[in-house]
Amino acid sequence: MLQYTIRRILLIIPTLFFVALITFTLAKMAPGSPFDKNPDKPPSQATIDRWNRYYGLDKPVAEQFAMWLGNVARFDFGVSITRQRPVADIIGQGFPTTAQLGLQALFLSLAVALPLGIVSALRQNTIVDYASLFFATIGTTIPSFVIAIFFIYIFGVGLRLLPFVGWGTPQHMIMPTVILSLGSAAFLTRITRASMLEAVRQDYVRTARSKGLREQVVIVGHVLKNALIPVATVVGPAAAALITGSFIIETIFSVPGIGREYIRSIVALDYPVIMATTLLYAFFIVVANLTVDLVYGMLDPRIKVGK
Amino acid sequence: MATATTHAQERAAELNVLVRRQRSLWRDAGYRLMRNRAAVLGLAVIVAAALMAVFAPVIAPYDPTLQNGKVGNFEPVWTGSKYTSPDYVLGTDVLGRDMLSRLIYASRISMVVGFTPTLVIFTLGIAVGLSSGYFGGLVDQVLMRITDVVYAFPDFLFLLIIVASFRNSAFGLLLDGLVLIFVALAIVGWVGVARLTRGQILQLKEREFTEAARAIGAKPARIMWRHLLPNALAPLIVSAAFSVPGAIIGEATLSFLGVGIRPPTASWGAMIQQAFPSFSTNPWGVLLPAVSISIVMLAFTFVGDGLRDALDPRMKT
Repeated sequence: MLQYTIRRILLIIPTLFFVALITFTLAKMAPGSPFDKNPDKPPSQATIDRWNRYYGLDKPVAEQFAMWLGNVARFDFGVSITRQRPVADIIGQGFPTTAQLGLQALFLSLAVALPLGIVSALRQNTIVDYASLFFATIGTTIPSFVIAIFFIYIFGVGLRLLPFVGWGTPQHMIMPTVILSLGSAAFLTRITRASMLEAVRQDYVRTARSKGLREQVVIVGHVLKNALIPVATVVGPAAAALITGSFIIETIFSVPGIGREYIRSIVALDYPVIMATTLLYAFFIVVANLTVDLVYGMLDPRIKVGK
Repeated sequence: MATATTHAQERAAELNVLVRRQRSLWRDAGYRLMRNRAAVLGLAVIVAAALMAVFAPVIAPYDPTLQNGKVGNFEPVWTGSKYTSPDYVLGTDVLGRDMLSRLIYASRISMVVGFTPTLVIFTLGIAVGLSSGYFGGLVDQVLMRITDVVYAFPDFLFLLIIVASFRNSAFGLLLDGLVLIFVALAIVGWVGVARLTRGQILQLKEREFTEAARAIGAKPARIMWRHLLPNALAPLIVSAAFSVPGAIIGEATLSFLGVGIRPPTASWGAMIQQAFPSFSTNPWGVLLPAVSISIVMLAFTFVGDGLRDALDPRMKT
């Protein structure tokens, strides 16, 4: 187990290296330069040369990548080209907002999905079950930005209940959090329900009932305990979905987080920001997946992690 | 197959018993699918959308890119506001282009973007997955390492980076950016299919029928093509059914963020992006394409769910 954990942790490094390499290569293959974004007043060639020298863009690509890697190892992510500010500052400023949004959405989706999935499995083919299946279908089918549009239309433009631009007050947080959580809540509801349905049919549940255990004890002690293991494994992918979802949600609702900054940097080809944020996102996803795999092994003694 | 049936019938006649007419697995699945009302409805919507896409030039009342400066941001006729015109049933967009015609033409983008990359993804993914699962070895090692990296890259992030990088190259301009979106979707998608195929093959190649085929001297190509692939097909079809709407969402989201289809070509995502700034004044420019995407998405999900239930009643989630 310990050996497996160490090996998995060490594997993070090559994975992130390749993520960085791919992103860097793609960004370098992009035509156009971050300095030609003002078509009315293009900067002179001398200025561009000076900027290229300043950002190290005049060196061979391989050397640029090596330089970048060396800097990252010292936690220096460079300077944003379009904002003339250190990338670390930009990320540091947006990160708390994005983390707050993401965590709120994650907790909300778990708080909705677990009870909903459990109840709908226990009351299979009732109105509760159909309602939760309907929710799960809508949530996993319709893209978040489209759902956001309907929410903004109903609660923002129509009823004027909630603001839909900016961040800060609790009212501002309601719509982005709810919409961001919707996709993963729907997905987790589906998994919870399916896993519960699988578990209630097992022999050990019948045994527990035939022993005369009370229904609550059977459900909590025997069914839930087993049914939630598969659910735990998909929390990792769900968290990853929240991360990508946050780009779009932050862009729509003008939330000042790194997601919106990321989209901006991609459109403006601001490499230092693209590189740093991609790496950060990939890091979180790798860590989330690793945590889930390790927790899985602990939750389920039948699973032997590693070889 | 035909002789088997006649033999069974002759034998049944001899013994004077009734036999059920044999049905193939696929016929059975088709029958189950057609009994699923939601799936049939979904299928009908998809066929309608496909017909709309094919016959767009015939149905659409206007050229979708024709601008009429006098009628910018008109609302649909049923709203009864003074900014309506019987000439434009669903109103116009900011530049005075007919909403109805644009919505119709946009279905072309969605249909093409849904099916084309899926075809490429599955051809490539199945080929790699088959050989990696069957032979193991170097191909398998390389595939698994690629999968590790791609899995750390959320699909959409990868898609976004590829599209953003090549957007302004000559390649990115082909067909208003459509070709680039195809390629990006294919690059991001094939790994998942390869992995799914590989997993199936790893299980199937341990089964007796594979061993039997090998024992009578079948070549690897024949075993893969005639024995393994048909048995692995059910989950692959289901996954393809969900890959199509996935690609449509991908294009819509990219276009909504402004890095997808290039103006003036109409795509539902791009229409939302262009109308979004004036959402409060004329919500219809945003709502109509949003409703269109939702309907098509639900249709594909119904068909996908129906296919899953029809092909393998045991698969559930």
